Amino acid sequence: MDLSAINPVLLIAALMVAATPILLAAIGELVVEKAGVLNLGVEGMMITGAIAGLAISVETGSPLIGFLCAAIGGALLSLIFAVLVLYFLSNQVATGLALTLFGLGLSSMMGQGYQGVKPPLTEKMNLLGLGDLPVVGPILFGHDWIVYLSITLVIGVWAFLKFTRAGLILRSVGENAEAAHALGYKVNLIRMGAIAFGGACAGVGGAYISMVRVPQWVDGMTAGAGWIALALVVFGAWRAGRVMVGAYLFGGITVLQLNLQAAGVAIPVEYLSMSPYLITILVLVLISAGRARALGAPAALGQTFHASR
Amino acid sequence: MGNFMNLKSLIAAAAVAIAGTAALADGHEKTKVGFVYVGPIGDGGWTYEHHQGLLAVEEEFGDAVETTYVENVPEGADAERVMTQMALGGADLIFTTSFGYMDPTINVAAKFPDVKFEHATGYKRADNVSTYSARFYEGRAVQGHIAGKVTKTNKVGYIASFPIPEVIRGINAAYLHAQKVNPDVEFNIIWVFTWFDPAKEADAAKALIDQGADVILQHTDSTAPLAAAAEAEGVVGFGQASDMAAFKDGPRIGSIIDNWAPYYIERTRAVMEGTWESVDTWDGMDTGMVEMGEMTDKIPADVQAEAQAMMAAIASGEYHPFTGPINKQDGSVWLAEGEVADDGTLAGLNFYIEGIEGDIPN
Repeated sequence: MDLSAINPVLLIAALMVAATPILLAAIGELVVEKAGVLNLGVEGMMITGAIAGLAISVETGSPLIGFLCAAIGGALLSLIFAVLVLYFLSNQVATGLALTLFGLGLSSMMGQGYQGVKPPLTEKMNLLGLGDLPVVGPILFGHDWIVYLSITLVIGVWAFLKFTRAGLILRSVGENAEAAHALGYKVNLIRMGAIAFGGACAGVGGAYISMVRVPQWVDGMTAGAGWIALALVVFGAWRAGRVMVGAYLFGGITVLQLNLQAAGVAIPVEYLSMSPYLITILVLVLISAGRARALGAPAALGQTFHASR
Repeated sequence: MGNFMNLKSLIAAAAVAIAGTAALADGHEKTKVGFVYVGPIGDGGWTYEHHQGLLAVEEEFGDAVETTYVENVPEGADAERVMTQMALGGADLIFTTSFGYMDPTINVAAKFPDVKFEHATGYKRADNVSTYSARFYEGRAVQGHIAGKVTKTNKVGYIASFPIPEVIRGINAAYLHAQKVNPDVEFNIIWVFTWFDPAKEADAAKALIDQGADVILQHTDSTAPLAAAAEAEGVVGFGQASDMAAFKDGPRIGSIIDNWAPYYIERTRAVMEGTWESVDTWDGMDTGMVEMGEMTDKIPADVQAEAQAMMAAIASGEYHPFTGPINKQDGSVWLAEGEVADDGTLAGLNFYIEGIEGDIPN
């Protein structure tokens, strides 16, 4: 055992990288669910974003355009879901699952020519020139720009939902779509926007895996990250800040247990790997026991809405 | 809010339904061969090589066979559903290509006595269930030798999947031969409890590199650890299960290739000719089931020559990688001077050899 082999600074920096994909996807899904829609297609949108981002960045040589196209790709895919559930009133759970299946297949097809291809490097930034500072440098100032984008998005979503009128309207749609409709708000249009935002976030999250974290294309490479993001929204009780804490906790446990193992510390790996899921199950149990409102679940979550009702 | 935990099963079930209908579509004079894969065929490693075996069967028999496969089948109850669907779809021979399919294979085989099953890397057999595996540890021994020679930090990182005998054999074989040529070498082992999760495999590789490892060995299925090694300076690794030749100009300095094609062709032919019998096959470098990919210039010429000599000795049966004296981790004697490990012990190997630090998780 050699604990001194673990560098806490590198550990925290690695944790933020590990958490970023699920954080991005989760913050997008949070907005979708706040608007009263449950989109279980996060995994499908992430993997589509992963291949779209990688393919485009390889072709153009620009990671920026790659991430942009990943956002567009994720959003386009989510719009299929939006049209089906909002205008054809299909079941949200089934449609979301179908979206995941579709996304996995589509990405596998699109990825045929890109297996083992390395994407152009997404540079680490040296924010304000402070990246070389000891300790805080690598943690706060030395990441790539997507990490900062994810943090900005969390703050933005929090402020949007809490302080803006538009955020209030979005929440009202998620709490009581009929009432919002009666007040003259265009429920479907608002929900459509939320779903597209969620798709874009998931797409960027997926692209972060294929372009920074791994970085290459492998079939099915998101390997369940989308489901973790969905669980995080529940875990975070539909609050932006808590979702971020959850994502870093999850990323932290993942990275920490790997580092502890590498250092030869005898830890019960399986329990540590299991713990985020256990906590999520616990939260789900609380919800099904009728405590959902107390936890902050939007009242109209998962219900279809039609103006004629 | 539905129950998330069931979603993967639902997806798998849907995938099976699709595969099932495709398989039902024809008459039955062709020999139908089904493959159950644990990862995607594009993983670039384990499942990729099994799929190469499927393609070889198609090429060998042409129109006389019909193949079908299902990817990303979770180990456990889902696997049973997939196999059942394949058997109902008229498969004559089903290859189940991951350790975790062992009990599902036995269960389904009991329900379909006329269908032949072949389970990779397991140890449970029945009248219509064969097992087959490759002596990967032979390749690991060569890898260990090279790793011990090329490491500068004397730290070798090892990404392990599940604590099963196959993986433990690999760790022991690699460590034994690394330590023979470099007594100072130290193995840092990470158990990731997955065969295929590129993000987690990459994270594990990064954690090992952060802690000073400059040779990365992996027993997981994707190329992500090599990609992570490519990011770091002066770190090398090996292709696992497949050549992973795309990393030749980067960190990949050699590879172990699982060549299943001859076996799959032979077994398919046995079914066609009605000579199929339940057997236990465990082949290595002698039959070519375990191949070593091309070594790159990052391995010094003399080390390459030593590796070649070792491979030749293993292939000819002259040298067994587990030849005593070898002690167990606790210092007790496992193999006395000159004693060679028997297959039974190797098949159930569940302890580290002397010098490896840490415990095997349960």
